[in-house]
Amino acid sequence: MEKISHESDITHHYLRPKKKFPNVWCAGCGNGIVMGALIRSIDNLKLDKDKVVVVSGIGCSSRMPVYLDFNTLHTTHGRALAFATGVKVARPELKVIVITGDGDALAIGGNHFIHACRRNIDITTILVNNKIYGMTGGQFAPTTPGGSFATTAPYGNYEKQFDAVQLAIGAGASYVSRGTVYHVQQLEKLIQGGIQKRGFALVDTYSNCHTYYGRFNKEGDAVRMLDWFKKHAMPIQAARKLPAEKMKDKFVTGLIHETDATEFCQEYDMLLERLGSKKEAEK
Amino acid sequence: MTNKNKSSRLLQGNEACVHGALYAGVEFFAGYPITPSTELAEGMSREMPRTGGRFIQMEDEIASIAAVIGASNTGCKAMTATSGPGFSLMQENIGYAYITETPCVIINVQRGGPSTGLPTKIAQSDTMQARWGTHGDYTAITLAPSTVKECFDETVRAFNLSERFRTPVVLLSDEVLGHMREMITIPEKGAVEVYNRHKPDVPHDWYHHFEITPSLVGPMASFGDGYRHNVTGLTHDQEGFPTANPVEIKEKLDKLRNKIERYTDEIYKIRTDMMDDANIAVLSYGTVSRAARQAIMMGRERRLKVGAIQLQTIWPFPDLKLKEMLSGVRKVIVAELNMGQLVNEVKRVAPRHTEVFSLDRYDGEVMAPQQILEKIREVK
Repeated sequence: MEKISHESDITHHYLRPKKKFPNVWCAGCGNGIVMGALIRSIDNLKLDKDKVVVVSGIGCSSRMPVYLDFNTLHTTHGRALAFATGVKVARPELKVIVITGDGDALAIGGNHFIHACRRNIDITTILVNNKIYGMTGGQFAPTTPGGSFATTAPYGNYEKQFDAVQLAIGAGASYVSRGTVYHVQQLEKLIQGGIQKRGFALVDTYSNCHTYYGRFNKEGDAVRMLDWFKKHAMPIQAARKLPAEKMKDKFVTGLIHETDATEFCQEYDMLLERLGSKKEAEK
Repeated sequence: MTNKNKSSRLLQGNEACVHGALYAGVEFFAGYPITPSTELAEGMSREMPRTGGRFIQMEDEIASIAAVIGASNTGCKAMTATSGPGFSLMQENIGYAYITETPCVIINVQRGGPSTGLPTKIAQSDTMQARWGTHGDYTAITLAPSTVKECFDETVRAFNLSERFRTPVVLLSDEVLGHMREMITIPEKGAVEVYNRHKPDVPHDWYHHFEITPSLVGPMASFGDGYRHNVTGLTHDQEGFPTANPVEIKEKLDKLRNKIERYTDEIYKIRTDMMDDANIAVLSYGTVSRAARQAIMMGRERRLKVGAIQLQTIWPFPDLKLKEMLSGVRKVIVAELNMGQLVNEVKRVAPRHTEVFSLDRYDGEVMAPQQILEKIREVK
């Protein structure tokens, strides 16, 4: 019992005292689990709250920064990574974390996503991926599987699905991972690793939207959707050993890809040093 | 480009904007190549790393203005430069800068439109877009230089106004001015006022990022300063949290308007030539003002009592001052390189006895002094 009260103390330490709860999310939404995991990751790393900037776009998950007691920037739809790039380049000493949804990051913000990966800029991106547009009421997203139903796919989705992990690897990100809101401890570790990594870090986080995706596709309530994550997730270490046919209805989780590519601000710093203007930058 | 021993230089308008920005203390530039503004990004890519500033070429104009706003929220003086199509792409995020009261400077080196239009030809057809380009209610500050020297001066002023009023400021240059070369003298450091952002010094709990102070423009904390405030494009209360309260919504929008309109007298800048005894005035802005000055000289040689009014600040429109200036003239010709945009504002404020005429041109060419003189003779 003592441990639980301690954990809620941690959470409260990172929530804005004056912000009026309840939050905007549906009961059972995965966003709260992601927020908790993010808070614990930051607490584990003992980051200075004043030096953390949380940037988000538009959508259900993008409302998260408003509740968090950091420097928070809730921006326009799809542009969180572009705003975050400005913050990071201007003040590289700040820890920049982006909270974005699958529609936000991969549809309207797809261009910024691939270029942030390409620059390998030191931003930790938590992509809360619920395979649908929640805030606007359940339209299909670039992550919606073929055949799934949504309010703009009343006869089943006839588009193909984006895999954010493969996209990030292809675009040059140096830390690419996937977690789910069921595997909370793993998620915490992945976020923590992403924050520690000097480079672009993606945590593609499978989350449940039982209100729309679950209801339209008969996948049940929040608990049943979490159960689906439990049954279909395959840690990368195990997945590597399995034959392809055994992986058919599974998805890979864990730290999937990591490289030591140099980071954008590091490169810029080297340029300043080369030009002898580093001191001026530090004034 | 920099030769520190020599303060007189032959510069392009675009280069003068770079020097103006450096003089004002720019620390961050994000942009995307577009004709005819590209020299600005090129100049910045050379100068920013040398002065310890930050330059980043973004993936598009939407990202450029987003990065600028992000950087400004960390306390940097930040800017971008673009032209018509890029200015259109930036509009949503310029609205974000208005509502989040984030200082930044946007230089729009205008070309002909709509759409891809005339990349290498002049126009002044973004006059209204600079005022009304993004959705919603707000009040804009827009400046328009007419010479290379003014490109420098007005860029410094754009930064000062932006930081002073916590608002984006648009500088409307154009293709001809951007590429024209003139000798200018860059002032010594300290000779021209440079305004730096007012920062809070109150304890964390007392600070409200969007406080409605008696002067309407409150101090602005930066990310990393320890205030841990929220910035959102949702309509927000004074602390920065989203609101649906009608009183708070109205307060916020009134603030966006009044913090600029109340200070119109400080913001407007008008140059007049031979207006003392004029009964006909030529009103213009930007490159056209050069032709207008020439045209009134030609008119004076023909014993016509003509004068010129150049608006160096277009927005906020100087209603009262202009009304007063026009009260002495019978006729005013509004000359602009578009189908007639600012002329309607002049009609709105002109005294009853002052007749307003429009002189427009939108074929990608500059307005010649002869063309203005012909119009003067036609209406006299």
